[in-house]
Amino acid sequence: MSLAKSPWIIHVNVNSCNGCDIEVVACLTPLYDAERFGVLNIGTPKQADIMVVTGSVNYKNVNVLKNLYNQIPDPKVVLAVGACASTGGIFHNCYNVIGGVDQVIPVDAYVPGCCPRPEAILDGVVAALSILEEKKKGNIKGKEVKLKGSEVPSNA
Amino acid sequence: MTTVIPFGPQHPVLPEPVSLKLEIDNDVVVGVLPSLGYVHRGLEKFIDTKDYNQTTYICERICGICSALHGITYTRAVEKLFDVEIPERAQYIRVIVGELNRVHSHLLWLGLFADGFGFESLFYECWKYREAVLDVLERITGNRVIHSISRVGGVSRDLTKEQIDMTLKMLDAVESQVKDIEKVFVNNYTVKQRLVGLATMSKQLAYEAGTAGPTLRGSGNAVDVRETADWDIYKDLGFKPVVEKDGDCYARTKVRITELYESIKLIRNAISKLPNGEVAIPIKGFPTGEAIMRTEQPRGEVVYYVKGNGTKNLERLKIRTPTFANIPSLLLMLPGVKLADVPIVVLTIDPCISCTER
Repeated sequence: MSLAKSPWIIHVNVNSCNGCDIEVVACLTPLYDAERFGVLNIGTPKQADIMVVTGSVNYKNVNVLKNLYNQIPDPKVVLAVGACASTGGIFHNCYNVIGGVDQVIPVDAYVPGCCPRPEAILDGVVAALSILEEKKKGNIKGKEVKLKGSEVPSNA
Repeated sequence: MTTVIPFGPQHPVLPEPVSLKLEIDNDVVVGVLPSLGYVHRGLEKFIDTKDYNQTTYICERICGICSALHGITYTRAVEKLFDVEIPERAQYIRVIVGELNRVHSHLLWLGLFADGFGFESLFYECWKYREAVLDVLERITGNRVIHSISRVGGVSRDLTKEQIDMTLKMLDAVESQVKDIEKVFVNNYTVKQRLVGLATMSKQLAYEAGTAGPTLRGSGNAVDVRETADWDIYKDLGFKPVVEKDGDCYARTKVRITELYESIKLIRNAISKLPNGEVAIPIKGFPTGEAIMRTEQPRGEVVYYVKGNGTKNLERLKIRTPTFANIPSLLLMLPGVKLADVPIVVLTIDPCISCTER
């Protein structure tokens, strides 16, 4: 139960315009104050439970994202924040954009919006918490994502 | 013997991915090699598929912090192609929203910077005050972050009496709150120990390296596009560039704090002089020719180059953002700095990587 009371998040900016990033950080500041739920933004993936990803994936940062995902210990939950992280958003046609985060790593919950409001992001974190509890009970492990660049999906 | 230490792309102090390979000799930086491209989306090519009105929304999503000013600069550039003069009220509303954007951006930076040198409660204070500005921006434009106020030909929404009252009330509150946090940033012993004399840039070097914005003005160069570019409104509002002489991290912080007061003054003046009338004019036809537009963003001067070819799509859009100009000066600043101070020095140029890489 202690895990559910204090989920530590790692915030990963892959290809974001900063809009969702500052809203994620705004969640942690006094007006929204996610820390009252025990949510702590931690810089290292080794101690994180929830991975909050903002922005779509491009060819340069795809391996950074996979690397960070592989380092998070099980059980882990990935939360895609914003339109870009969910589907690629308005940038899905750009030449350097692979698409949403779920093209590369398994995503458990999505927060829509450009940018989502902090309330919506907090709602997403709370949804991620219940998924985390289920994964802990069922002993569900995230699969290892291979780091090969050729693994890029065919629709890119 | 030197050691190479990678800094980023994922680093606790950086909200955005940028990678610096630091060459370290006995804890002192002797060389830096940046690696960019983690946020490159390819927007300048992407506008091929969008017409010139839709491109406004693309430009606003270049950066989520100075989004209103990106939109304003782009629409002013396209208006230059059409050679139209937009209503004065629309211009004033653009100035008001642009300066509100600067106030929230500087408060955001002060907070991140305070977190960078270990003052966590000061970080929370700055971001708490910033929320009041965002509330006003949301009331005026309908969104907290991506404002979409500027259109080719004017602005999308008019200012109502209630919104103006709310803005003025918020400015009074924020001004006194900024005075409170200014005491810590300027007078606190620990802060001064960390910042004074750190990563100094001389006036000459800053100018020659092509530095932009508060980083340039912190080194004693009174260069501000709000004063020099052909946007007459800022001259009517009595704008004066903010300059500090020392050129260190402390001076750059003081420039940004004083700019908060300057922006608050500009918004008050703009509201008191706000003329009546239309907020947008219809634009007919497609853009032809070339135009360059410069605006002062929170991080410095942004340059937009647009080229139209008589179709609904622009032929070329080229953007030079302030952080792109500031990264070379960061590379000049870093040698000689201790490894522990590197995060602070990187933060003092107010890096906006998503602007730079687009």
